[in-house]
Amino acid sequence: MYAAFVLWPLIVSFNYSFYDWNGITESRWVGFENYERILTDEDQLNPIFNSIKLMGFFTIVPVAVGLLSAAILNDLRSRFLGAFRTSLFLPQVIPLVASGILWGWIYSLDGILNQGLSWIGLGSWTRPWLADFDLALPAVGVVGAWVLTGFCTLLLASGISKIDRNLYDAAKVDGAGRIREFFAVTLPSVRREIGVCVIVTMIGALASFDIVFITTRGGPGRETLVPGVHIFRAAFVEREIGAASAMAVILMLLIWVLVLPIQRYFQRDLTK
Amino acid sequence: MAMLLLFTLVPFVTLLSAALQPVGSRPRGFEWPSNPQWGNFAEAYRVGDVAPLLVSSTLIVIGVVPISLLIAALAGYGLASLSIPGGRWILLLFIAGLTIPFESLITPLYYQMRSLGVLNTRWAVILALIGLFMPFGVFWMRTHFASIPSEISEAAEIDGAGPWQAFWRIHLPLARPAVASLAILLFLWSWNQFILALVLIEDPSMRTVAGALGAFQSQYETNIVLLAAGSVLIMAPSIAVFLIFQRQFSRALLEGAVKG
Repeated sequence: MYAAFVLWPLIVSFNYSFYDWNGITESRWVGFENYERILTDEDQLNPIFNSIKLMGFFTIVPVAVGLLSAAILNDLRSRFLGAFRTSLFLPQVIPLVASGILWGWIYSLDGILNQGLSWIGLGSWTRPWLADFDLALPAVGVVGAWVLTGFCTLLLASGISKIDRNLYDAAKVDGAGRIREFFAVTLPSVRREIGVCVIVTMIGALASFDIVFITTRGGPGRETLVPGVHIFRAAFVEREIGAASAMAVILMLLIWVLVLPIQRYFQRDLTK
Repeated sequence: MAMLLLFTLVPFVTLLSAALQPVGSRPRGFEWPSNPQWGNFAEAYRVGDVAPLLVSSTLIVIGVVPISLLIAALAGYGLASLSIPGGRWILLLFIAGLTIPFESLITPLYYQMRSLGVLNTRWAVILALIGLFMPFGVFWMRTHFASIPSEISEAAEIDGAGPWQAFWRIHLPLARPAVASLAILLFLWSWNQFILALVLIEDPSMRTVAGALGAFQSQYETNIVLLAAGSVLIMAPSIAVFLIFQRQFSRALLEGAVKG
């Protein structure tokens, strides 16, 4: 099954990427022309840069906020802990499509974001967020942060809960404060979990499709176009199978190039 | 902490408040309706034709999950416990597959399904999903079987059990927690699957609920109330299943991330 529906399409995708084909008529061999077009045309490179910018929201925010709240969460002894964990998991469980619609509503002209801004006297800041050329991409990024932060928090919290309490006691004896403790004990101990968060969220940003497709379809203009949506548009709207396949191959290689070294880095110290 | 909780939950509340406004009105971000229109859900259920969608999603899950589990368990067992020539390479191939995004394969899959004659049927999504879940499933099951001490297999061998018998009688029953976690993950990922359903099945009523929600969105973009009610309806089963199997879900998602 794997061979039939992953490896074979993979090879076919490589093959398509060397042709100029609209899916119906005869295809024409063009060699590396599709790749050349993508790598030299700023318009074509744009989706790749957008997905890299999205990493700020998909990766850095969830990991940073997740670490902080996981550390706090672990000291908290509350009856509401269970309910708390449940709530944080919710965005991870619902379909991404639903998250997209949900946030489309929040960002809309009548949405709660604009309502809140007017309410605190910043009425002049209100706007249709997803149609704003400068702010649409960050707005989409926030949706990703919403989906992934709870997940990272819980993953990191489960890592922190496995740390040997003696380490903290030792740190206290050495006179470490809460902040020193966090950097000296907590951070190195959850290295592996941080690595997982970084990798999962990075792939999430690079391969994002559902959220972007539902909220903006890549617009306004090409401001929020990411490789996934670009491939979809090229293959099934513009019928440029070759170009779509070349982008597909580039996206896959990009993920390997970015993710593999990071995975190495986070796992290396573990074996020491 | 409270901030994070607010950030997580407020979106749900505002969606619910919009869903309860009178149909056709222009709701504001958040105001608790003076006269909550619970009937909106029934209306969205009818307009969105949700019943066949739930059936459709269920059919896809039934098609995908058991077969994937069986193949993943068999392959994982083979790679972990039997010394297969070239097994290391096969494993590496699967690990490389873990990072391949669905979008990278969607175009060839479309033409492949068309030439198989299953385009626009649920089989297209089912077959593709089984294949795409293989790297993760096999990797997951292999990790589990590799953690089983080899004495167990040796003991079975001494008792005269072949590898086949040892698998069914001893290893599979032992692997039940791992299989259960995998089943939960695969259920969630099939149920929420969007891009495959969008591309491979033209008729929204045969897609997954997530795929159909996309169609519903483009149709009712301007009718916020109905769209919100529909979204709540579509989320409800996922959330309900999550709340019931919460413990297993959290464990599966967290473990799944670490192993993947």
